[in-house]
Amino acid sequence: MIDARGLSKRFQDKKRGEIRAVDNVSFQCQPGKIYGLLGANGAGKTTTLRMLATILEPTDGTAIVASYDVIDHPEKVRANIGFLSTATALYPRLTAQEMVEYFGRLNGLDEHTLKKRIDDIFSRLDMNSFRDRRCDKLSTGMKQKTSIARTLVHDPPVMIFDEPTTGLDVMTARTIIGFIADCRDRGKTVIFSTHIMSEVERLCDHIGIIHGGKLLEEGTLSELRAKHNEHNLEEIIVKVVGPLANAEA
Amino acid sequence: MNLHAVGVVYRKELREWLRDRRTLISTVLVPLLAFPILISGMISLSAVLIGGAKKEVPKIMIIHGEDSPAVVDALKANREIEVVPFAANWQDQISEKQIRAAVEIPEGFQASLDKGTPQIIQIHYYEGELKSEFGAEHVEKSLKAYRDDLVKKRLEAKNLPDSLIAPFDTKQHNVAPPEKVGGASIGSMIGYMVIILSMTGAIYPAIDLTAGEKERGTMETILSSPVSRLDLVLGKFLLVFSASLTTAILSVTSMGLSFAYMGHALSNSANTSGAGIHMNLGLTSVVAVFLMALPLSVLFSAVLMTVALFAKTYKEAQSYLTPMTFIVVIPAVASVLPGVELNPKLALIPILNTSLICKEIITGTYHWGSIAIIFASTCVYAAAAIFMAVKTFQRESVLFRS
Repeated sequence: MIDARGLSKRFQDKKRGEIRAVDNVSFQCQPGKIYGLLGANGAGKTTTLRMLATILEPTDGTAIVASYDVIDHPEKVRANIGFLSTATALYPRLTAQEMVEYFGRLNGLDEHTLKKRIDDIFSRLDMNSFRDRRCDKLSTGMKQKTSIARTLVHDPPVMIFDEPTTGLDVMTARTIIGFIADCRDRGKTVIFSTHIMSEVERLCDHIGIIHGGKLLEEGTLSELRAKHNEHNLEEIIVKVVGPLANAEA
Repeated sequence: MNLHAVGVVYRKELREWLRDRRTLISTVLVPLLAFPILISGMISLSAVLIGGAKKEVPKIMIIHGEDSPAVVDALKANREIEVVPFAANWQDQISEKQIRAAVEIPEGFQASLDKGTPQIIQIHYYEGELKSEFGAEHVEKSLKAYRDDLVKKRLEAKNLPDSLIAPFDTKQHNVAPPEKVGGASIGSMIGYMVIILSMTGAIYPAIDLTAGEKERGTMETILSSPVSRLDLVLGKFLLVFSASLTTAILSVTSMGLSFAYMGHALSNSANTSGAGIHMNLGLTSVVAVFLMALPLSVLFSAVLMTVALFAKTYKEAQSYLTPMTFIVVIPAVASVLPGVELNPKLALIPILNTSLICKEIITGTYHWGSIAIIFASTCVYAAAAIFMAVKTFQRESVLFRS
């Protein structure tokens, strides 16, 4: 489970002064459910997810991830999450198997369990044909599968995806979408951010709309449709974010 | 600190490092090949230049001397030089290497000699031009022989013994062991090279493991793993340190073998002239130099990693680290300068202190007080640098600089 409690992140910028990238954001994600975090570029999605993954430390507030506080036990949080984004690349000089093994060992898996897990994941994701190929020689699809295997190797209960399909071709994006749905079906807590509305409509059980670092709207897709009397999700986002965006402009 | 995690990070970095051609070239190939190529090149070049210059019979011009046939005949009798007819542009001819030197005999030289008035014969040559210097040397030798012969004849004429003008003679005797003679000449260079190369070996891994990770997008990947930032930095640091040490070890081994070869080659060629050159370095000295270079290597590795971490790309990191090379080269070069000796103040200046103590160690001098101060102070600087690297790795503004 993920429980964000008043998460805030401020950065200092030499030109612009203090920037509130995330401002007092609270929400909950339940096991076996997918939470979709929606918003424009610079809305605060990536910063929120990086704080949940303990890559960044919150300036204020906190979050409980898989029963661990992100501030007090960041390493335990990371041992219980799988984090995937377009920015999480692979080591080019390692093979697909070495890459996954490395993260398995960092997660403290013993060699016997590691081998069993890798065999299982590589078969499930159909990766055996390129397991000994260096990552810099893999196709985009193969790289994504390797990244997925890397996030799954320690079987974490919480999965965090930051725009995982951005820039990917249709087939590779489908693999990722299928994988996210599979995580939910396996009872994992899943949070992901995206710009692609069809993915949200297809996957998300719960939706949060973020803008200017603030969580403006939250609910299930049907709740949001009913509240805004609008079926199209894109139109709902425009209705929620529009007044603020126009004021900023 | 989790040693298992540090080990996992180190082994992974080592595996990647061994597969990277760029770092392997700078860490392994350059130190292995640089010295043999440099030394053999120097030997071959000097053999060609000196051999060629010695083989040549230099053309010498005599200015005046028409009224002093005896000295002119003495010069002409010397088979090691070739006397060519006088030309007014003798100076240009020396510059243009048509002749190697010119001997200017003062007018009335012979008459003055007979009267016993002192005279000066000038030898004109081109300084810095090897063949011209050899030519002048031959002329001087020839004139000295003529003068000695003249003195001998005058003494004989007056029935005086030769010892009248040379009542005693002097002879130098070297008491320094051969290895110390060699050590004194190359000792300063050994320390200098170990320092420079241990830094050179650390540069590329330091960039690759920090700015390189950012550029490739793997920094966020590793930061999302449960490894602590401390363990991550230590694992990475150990790899950079290993690379630095490997370069230092390979360079000293290669340098030792090259110097041994050079010493052997020079001894063989010197047999004819009767001079011997010894270039044997004691194993104890080499090991001691390594021990002194260890904390310095730690210091380099940690500082280079810290600085490179501020960069977003490989290229940016290179532009940060290039000026750092000068910071290291300046004190290292200063230690090689004649007259720069170790003193309590210099013993606290990193790099310069190690370079100076290495110079002493190679010559077999062990000042234990200085060694202890230098080793301890460099260890303190190295520990501070590691601490700084760990702290920098924990700064979000550095890791996610945009």
